[in-house]
Amino acid sequence: MATGTEPSPTDHRPPSGVRGAGRAAIAAPHLRTDRWWLAPAATAAGLLAFIVYSTWRAFANADYYAAPYVSPFFSPCLAENCQSMRSGPNWELFGGWWGLSPAILILIFPLGFRLTCYYYRKAYYRGFWASPPACAVAEPHRKYTGETRFPLILQNIHRYFFYAAILVAGILTYDTVLAFRDEHYAWGHMGLGTLVFLVNIALIWAYTISCHSCRHIVGGQLKHFSRHPVRYRAWRFVGKLNAHHMLLAWVSLVSVSLADFYVYLVASGVFDDPRFF
Amino acid sequence: MSSYEARFRVWRGDIEGGGLKDFEVEVNDGEVVLDIVHRLQATQAPDLAVRWNCKAGKCGSCSAEINGRPRLLCMTRMSVFDREETITVTPLRAFPVIRDLVTDVGFNYRKAWEIPAFVPPEGVGPGEYRMFQEDVDRSQEFRKCIECFLCQDTCHVVRDHEENKTAFAGPRFLMRVAELDMHPLDAAEESGLDRGRTAQDEHGLGYCNITKCCTEVCPEGIKITDNALIPLKERAVDRKYDPLVWLGSKIRRRSS
Repeated sequence: MATGTEPSPTDHRPPSGVRGAGRAAIAAPHLRTDRWWLAPAATAAGLLAFIVYSTWRAFANADYYAAPYVSPFFSPCLAENCQSMRSGPNWELFGGWWGLSPAILILIFPLGFRLTCYYYRKAYYRGFWASPPACAVAEPHRKYTGETRFPLILQNIHRYFFYAAILVAGILTYDTVLAFRDEHYAWGHMGLGTLVFLVNIALIWAYTISCHSCRHIVGGQLKHFSRHPVRYRAWRFVGKLNAHHMLLAWVSLVSVSLADFYVYLVASGVFDDPRFF
Repeated sequence: MSSYEARFRVWRGDIEGGGLKDFEVEVNDGEVVLDIVHRLQATQAPDLAVRWNCKAGKCGSCSAEINGRPRLLCMTRMSVFDREETITVTPLRAFPVIRDLVTDVGFNYRKAWEIPAFVPPEGVGPGEYRMFQEDVDRSQEFRKCIECFLCQDTCHVVRDHEENKTAFAGPRFLMRVAELDMHPLDAAEESGLDRGRTAQDEHGLGYCNITKCCTEVCPEGIKITDNALIPLKERAVDRKYDPLVWLGSKIRRRSS
């Protein structure tokens, strides 16, 4: 956990960092009096809850389709062992040899996108790795090389996950359109699930588009905005969204889990999807 | 006007050693921590060393740590603390101490010296520089920096790892690289200097793990991480890790 940066009583190594030679002689690793541990602890708890939930759902490999809704954790379904979804996102690219849950095949991409996301990096470096646990709170590690070496140098492939996330968001948009059918696949209907999917896809797009890599690609890489007015406008728009990237990261994480949970409840027969029309 | 007696703990000492000393000192309405430090000098500790100048948050001299948080003494109002609270003031803990609240911030000047300066464009004389506002907006945000070095002090890369000071320029100077790389008239690229690449190779951009402490402590409210460090990381990705961008630039260069 992010707390507990006091040196252990058996630690006989020479002091370093803020307690190192030349620095003001203060034994405490930090002098903060506020509840600095609350934010990393809450972050770690939130991320752990999502990891536990998504692992259970991905490996359970059941109750992910209740016509016309397909869980976002299983879309697109790329293996032969997928449940058949009428006009749904069934693409058996992996054929019949894949015996595990098909969710694993697709979750790699959105998870990779979030894992290398600039906001989530801050969140888990602070929350799980205590590097640092909070600002001006000494970290417990003796050595630090940041993102200069393997494996963390791989964080630089974030933009490729961004490209993949665009494709996944496109497929989830298609799923949302399909949600305007009823359980007999007749078009022009809407249920509570459709609303859940609509909110989810809006948040997924907002989070995806607000990505720092997106901001760079649409215009941030330019030296002269004045020569590229369209890209400048796009950069400003993404910049406005980007200012809320942390918020969007969390709400989209919750919304995608809720969308999946809704499908689980309907598919497992806990309740019937209320239909608006 | 109301006043009260506040409890202060101020670090006194030098490179040989020192410790936190307790004081009780009068506080009046509207005062900031620097006022109280000056009152301590005037009444109880005439030899207390503190660096200060403008008292307006513009010179960047009075950087210190208040209750463990890097802040400007002159911009921290006493009204943000409870009257019963003991307020701890220490020097910046990332740099060698000289005496009391004064530290040796020479590390920062050495890093500033390592950043190649603005490269003037060829054929444009002094007084002939013309730029569009939208092209200089980004660099102008970074020009608000008052060089208080609070971001350098709070950055765990050097605060907690002295050994990284050689390789890592710190957020303030990576921001300087970004400022120049985004400057519409900087001709570094034409002169063979690739600032995006050198940020990674020579100024230690890869050490930054974007935990945003620099942004949190900046008294000028500069979005150091979002507007300088991350764009710089993306530019480094363009140069070093993205074969598509590399290929595109090769093709463009060949066709032009």
